[in-house]
Amino acid sequence: MAEKTTAAPRPAPLPAELDAGAEASPIRPFTVEIPEADLRELRARIAATRWPDKEAVEDDSQGVPLALMQDLARYWLTEHDWRKCEARLNAVPNFIIKIDGLDIHFIHVRSEHDDALPLIVNHGWPGSIIEQLKIIDRLTNPTAHGGTAEDAFHVVIPSMLGYGFSGKPTSTGWGPERMARAWAELMERLGYTSYVAQGGDWGAFVVDQMGLQAPDGLLAIHTNMPATVPADIDTALQAGDPPPGDLSAEERRACDQLLRTYGQVEYARYMAARPQTLYGIADSPVGLAAWLLDHNDADGQPAAAVLSALSRTTSDSGELTRDEVLDNITLYWLTNTGVSASRLYWEYKGGFFNAKGVSIPVAITVFPSEQYQAPRSWAERAYPNLIYFNEADKGGHFAAWEQPQLFVAELRAAFRSIHDKRRSS
Amino acid sequence: MSTTVETATDIRSFHVEIPEEQLEELRRRIEATRWPSKELVDDRSQGVQLETLKALSRYWATEYDWRKAEAKLNALPQFMTEIDGVEIHFIHVRSQHEDALPLIMTHGWPGSVIELLETVGPLTDPTAHGGTPEDAFHLVLPSLPGYGFSGEPKEVGWDAGRTAQAWAELMNRLAYTRYVAQGGDLGAIVADVLGRQAPEGLLGIHMNLLVTTLGAPTPPPGDTEEERAALDAINTFTTSGFGYFLEQSTRPQTIGYSLLDSPVALAAWLLDHDTDSYYKISGAFVDGEPVGNLTRDNIVDNITLYWLTGTGASAARWYWELGQAQAKAHAAGQAPPDASLPVGFTTFPGEIFRAPRSWVEKSYPNVTYFNEVERGGHFAAWEEPELFSDEVRAAFRSLRTNGGSS
Repeated sequence: MAEKTTAAPRPAPLPAELDAGAEASPIRPFTVEIPEADLRELRARIAATRWPDKEAVEDDSQGVPLALMQDLARYWLTEHDWRKCEARLNAVPNFIIKIDGLDIHFIHVRSEHDDALPLIVNHGWPGSIIEQLKIIDRLTNPTAHGGTAEDAFHVVIPSMLGYGFSGKPTSTGWGPERMARAWAELMERLGYTSYVAQGGDWGAFVVDQMGLQAPDGLLAIHTNMPATVPADIDTALQAGDPPPGDLSAEERRACDQLLRTYGQVEYARYMAARPQTLYGIADSPVGLAAWLLDHNDADGQPAAAVLSALSRTTSDSGELTRDEVLDNITLYWLTNTGVSASRLYWEYKGGFFNAKGVSIPVAITVFPSEQYQAPRSWAERAYPNLIYFNEADKGGHFAAWEQPQLFVAELRAAFRSIHDKRRSS
Repeated sequence: MSTTVETATDIRSFHVEIPEEQLEELRRRIEATRWPSKELVDDRSQGVQLETLKALSRYWATEYDWRKAEAKLNALPQFMTEIDGVEIHFIHVRSQHEDALPLIMTHGWPGSVIELLETVGPLTDPTAHGGTPEDAFHLVLPSLPGYGFSGEPKEVGWDAGRTAQAWAELMNRLAYTRYVAQGGDLGAIVADVLGRQAPEGLLGIHMNLLVTTLGAPTPPPGDTEEERAALDAINTFTTSGFGYFLEQSTRPQTIGYSLLDSPVALAAWLLDHDTDSYYKISGAFVDGEPVGNLTRDNIVDNITLYWLTGTGASAARWYWELGQAQAKAHAAGQAPPDASLPVGFTTFPGEIFRAPRSWVEKSYPNVTYFNEVERGGHFAAWEEPELFSDEVRAAFRSLRTNGGSS
């Protein structure tokens, strides 16, 4: 990685007039340039992998199966090309800004439509900004992607602290609350006085916190992993008790899905308790890859959407491919952020899907293969200022990554009323 | 490793002989470790501390000598025998005192037979260790399936029940018709199950972990101060120290990739057990102040055994089997049969929780021995082999009245 302290000729450079807080900390353009030695070292480690024996079952009930890992490692070693990913990253403007003592890496792409709606999009775990690369042009340049000029967004995509090219916290306290404050400051530093925020997975926790903090300028949030579970039901489900009350069919389905999810999140419980003990995800590429792959969705653990991507080499519609899955894993490896990313689970002491009490305008898209399908009834109670609610017909936990076209269509629809109001004011 | 057929039976003698290349490869990997950034706290609350693990790995790569461990193992008679489709490795030391009591003792996780080596002298040769001939045991120390030099089950179902059956078969094969069993940690689970299965010839069991209260569907009572303190300790463990259990009982293969490929990952995983033992072990490396027998060499012997045998994942799988068995029992709503034969128990102060006598008596109807000692923790046999051996002697003394062994 190389940081440039002087602005280089780049696509859509940051307009000087937006660099309002420059005296506080400069916004520095950033280019990803991984030394060739790091890539050689990675390949050498993959080639030298010492494998466990095959699991004792014929399915994935003991973890990521050996045959799958060996196939993936072979492809990673012999065919995957990080430089292509690097080129994709460097094709968009990357920056570093220091906020609250730490360097924050972010992608910032301004639309050519000046009255575009500024949007900050927050990735999750085991993801990174790589989850969001396919939505950037669709959001910023809608007329090239079936939209109208009124659908345009200025897009800001930060790397969470401890993730990717952002700095790693050296003291405790960097949970979703603090990141939410940092994102508000980032938007302010970029000169955005009114904007919206979006997130799934950890990104959903962060945008919920932004909603709670309601910083000046934040008009609304969109979440694809809404926290809607009523307190009494959440308590019962956590304890493994039958949920109280008279539930609708949708609510009952959500309870069943949550119970399934709670049985598949040992990785989260582990990282919440012992993130530092995961030395293997810093020292072993296959150890890291297995750890990152073993995240569930509604259709399996590892996530069915990711497993099916491992056999998809290209996709015209933007569906997730094997290379993208490895791009993300390789980013964790090259930045050595497996453990620092895990620490976010340790930092967070709140609930998973319980209603948080957000009162600003909220838009929700429910993807069918998400951890649970939030019922509209719960969503209306959890987010009393619900401006948009839709159930998509495909996509899951990694919605932006799996179904970028659909995801972007959702964001356009979700924020249309905000867009209109902002333009007319 | 090499095996040679010793007799016409299916018990073969066994020697440990690790090729030099494997030791070089291990050192090379330790030296090439890529470290994560330091934890953000000043204690073990985020996991194994970087300074501790770096000190361990420095010692491991530059000073440690596996050949000494190998010599210690090979100084004892070791054997292999196939039981129920799995090769079982065991140490078998007969006392020179012919009427010694046969004892099968089972290690736990993250341990191995290495934990138990220092008890061999006191238990089999008591007169050289402050005891009398009446304290003597014929000692059998098996490696659990998937651990150390034992084979790795290729099919599911090797839970504690099947292991206990294998141990009864092993004692039978060794022609011990009257014997006792002992265990801590997973070994205590095996001893507990053996007690409930009550195979012919088993006279009694002794444990140093009360396994009936960990993960029990209904928590034990908290009526006395002692009981409340134990409940608090269990609660602390299950909220902050339980991660390895959750991961191993659900996704052993996933963490297994790290444990097989990275020596420091394996070392950290094995060090991250209970708070008491962690700080004792950490102290041995960081401050050079070992507690009891938890010396740098003994700790690294055990980690190296896991590495050289490539058993990080297969050992973790034992917890998966445990989880499956518990879930099955829970779904069936079945309480296990009582262990009605004589039960001895010793509470060590540094254990995950100090089991009160009341809980032990509630768990087992026929408690013939209970004692609380002043030193030692979760790895009681490893940390305090002499004290531990005294407890084993005392616990089984009343069962010797009929004398005789094989």
